[in-house]
Amino acid sequence: MALIAAEHLDVRHGRTQVLHDVSVRIDGGEIVTLVGPNGSGKSTLLRCLIGAQRPTKGRILKAAGLRIGYVPQKLHIDPTLPLTVRRFLDLPTRVGTAEAEAALDEAGAGHVMGRQMADLSGGQFQRVLLARAILSRPDILMLDEPTQGLDQPGSAAFYQSLEEIRARLGCAILMVSHDLHVVMSASDRVVCLNGHVCCEGHPAMVSAAPAYRELFGTGTRGALALYRHDHDHADHAAHHHHHHGEEA
Amino acid sequence: MLLDSFLMRAALAGVGVALAAGLLGCFVVWRRMAYFGDATAHASILGIALSLAFGTPVTLGILLVAGAMALLVFALTERGHAVDTALGVLAHGALGVGLFAVALTPGPRVNLEAFLFGDVLTVGRGDLALIWGGAAVVAFLVWRNWPLLLTSTLSPDLARAGGMDPSRGTLLLSLLLAGVVAVAIQVVGALLVTALLIIPAAAARTLARTPEGMALAACGIGVLASLGGLGLAVAADSGVGPATVTVAAGAFAILTAARRVRQG
Repeated sequence: MALIAAEHLDVRHGRTQVLHDVSVRIDGGEIVTLVGPNGSGKSTLLRCLIGAQRPTKGRILKAAGLRIGYVPQKLHIDPTLPLTVRRFLDLPTRVGTAEAEAALDEAGAGHVMGRQMADLSGGQFQRVLLARAILSRPDILMLDEPTQGLDQPGSAAFYQSLEEIRARLGCAILMVSHDLHVVMSASDRVVCLNGHVCCEGHPAMVSAAPAYRELFGTGTRGALALYRHDHDHADHAAHHHHHHGEEA
Repeated sequence: MLLDSFLMRAALAGVGVALAAGLLGCFVVWRRMAYFGDATAHASILGIALSLAFGTPVTLGILLVAGAMALLVFALTERGHAVDTALGVLAHGALGVGLFAVALTPGPRVNLEAFLFGDVLTVGRGDLALIWGGAAVVAFLVWRNWPLLLTSTLSPDLARAGGMDPSRGTLLLSLLLAGVVAVAIQVVGALLVTALLIIPAAAARTLARTPEGMALAACGIGVLASLGGLGLAVAADSGVGPATVTVAAGAFAILTAARRVRQG
C-alpha cells in the first residue's frame, strides 16, 4: 500500500502550467528521487504532497495518520526572530532534551544545541533541519534539494546520514536532487520530471531512457561525459543492492 | 479608592495595553506586518465617523471597522496579491474618508485629537475592564496557539507538513491585532498605535535568545514605556501617547547601542 500518492495532478500558476497530469506514488521504506531541470515543477510537486500547494486538478492520497518530515529547500529566518537550535527542534511539538540531542546526533549536526539558528554554517543548518524533521518519527521524509550549497564531501556525508536514518527509522524518503551521481547510487527509484513525468524507474533504467538523456544530455558535452562516467559506477552499486534484496 | 484617581486609571490602562501590544508586536515584527497596524488604525477613524452617524458607541464602531479591515487585508494576502499598493489605498483611503465623514457629521464638533493622539487620562472603569479583559483574551489565545503561530511565522510550509493550517494562525493574529489596535487607540492614538506594537518588540530583540524571551521582554519594555511615559507627560505637561512612544524609542536606542558595544 502506498504511503502517499499523487494522481493526475495539474498545477497552474496564473497562465503557466507547472505540472501536467503527474502521478507518482511512494511506498514504505523506499528512497525515491525527483530529478529534472530548473523550473520542471519538482518543488511544486513536493509542496503539493505536503499540502502546501493546492493542485488545480487531481488529488493527493495519504495513508491514514501519515507523518511527514519535511526539509525545505531553504528556510529564511527573519533576523528579528531570535531562535536557538534547541527551541527550533521544539517546533511544532515540544520534545525532551535527550530526544533532541539524539536527533541532532543522528543527523550528524554535532553540538549546536545552544547556538542561534542564524549563526550556523550552511551544512550545520541543513543537518538541524533534518534533525527537526526526524523528531516527529516520520513515515516519510521529504527533502527539497537538501544539499544545495554544500560542497562535494559535505553532500556525500549528508546522503550517508540519510541512508542511516532510513535504515534505523524504516521511513521512506522522497527528495529532489541535482547531484546526479548521488541520485544514481542512493535511490531505489528515480522520477524524471519536466512538467510531466518523462520517465521513472530503477536508476539504471532511467539513465538509459531516451527521454532522460534528452533532458540532461544536450549541450553539455563535458558534463555529460563526466556524468556517464559517474553513472557507470552507480550502475554497479545499484545492481549490488538489487542482488542483496533478492537474496534476502 | 485607588481606581478613583485618574492617574491610576491611566497607568492601569497603559500597562494593560502595553502587555497585549508587546505580545502581538513580536509577531508584527517577525512577520513584517507593520503595515497592518497602520491600516487598521487608519480605518478606525472611519469607524468613529460611522459610530457618530448612527449614534452607536465609538469603541464598537472602531472594533467593527478595524475587524473588517483585518479580514480584508487577510483575504488579500492569502490570495498572494502584491498587497503593498492595495493596502496603501485601503488604509489612507479609509483615513481620508473617515476624516471627511467626521467633518460632515451634524451636532457638536468631535474632538478628533483625542483619537489621533490618544487620551488616556479620560479612561473610565468600563474602559479599564475592556482593556484588561481584552488583554487576558489575547494572552490566552496566543498561549493556546503558540506552536501554530510560531511555526507558521517561521515557515507556512513547515506548518502544513506538520499537519497545521498556517492560514488559521494568520487569521487569528489579524483579528487579535485589530482588537488591540482598536482598544489601544484610546491610549496612544491612531497615529502612534503602530509604534506601541513595534518599538517594544524591536527593543526586546536585543535582549532575547528565544521567541518566548523576546515576547516577555517586549511586554516588560512596553510596561516601562507606558509608566515612564505617563510620568514624563505629567512632569512636562504633554500628551501621554507621544511621551510613551518617546520613552519606548529611547529604550530602543539605548538597548541597541548597548548591544553594539557588547558585541564590539
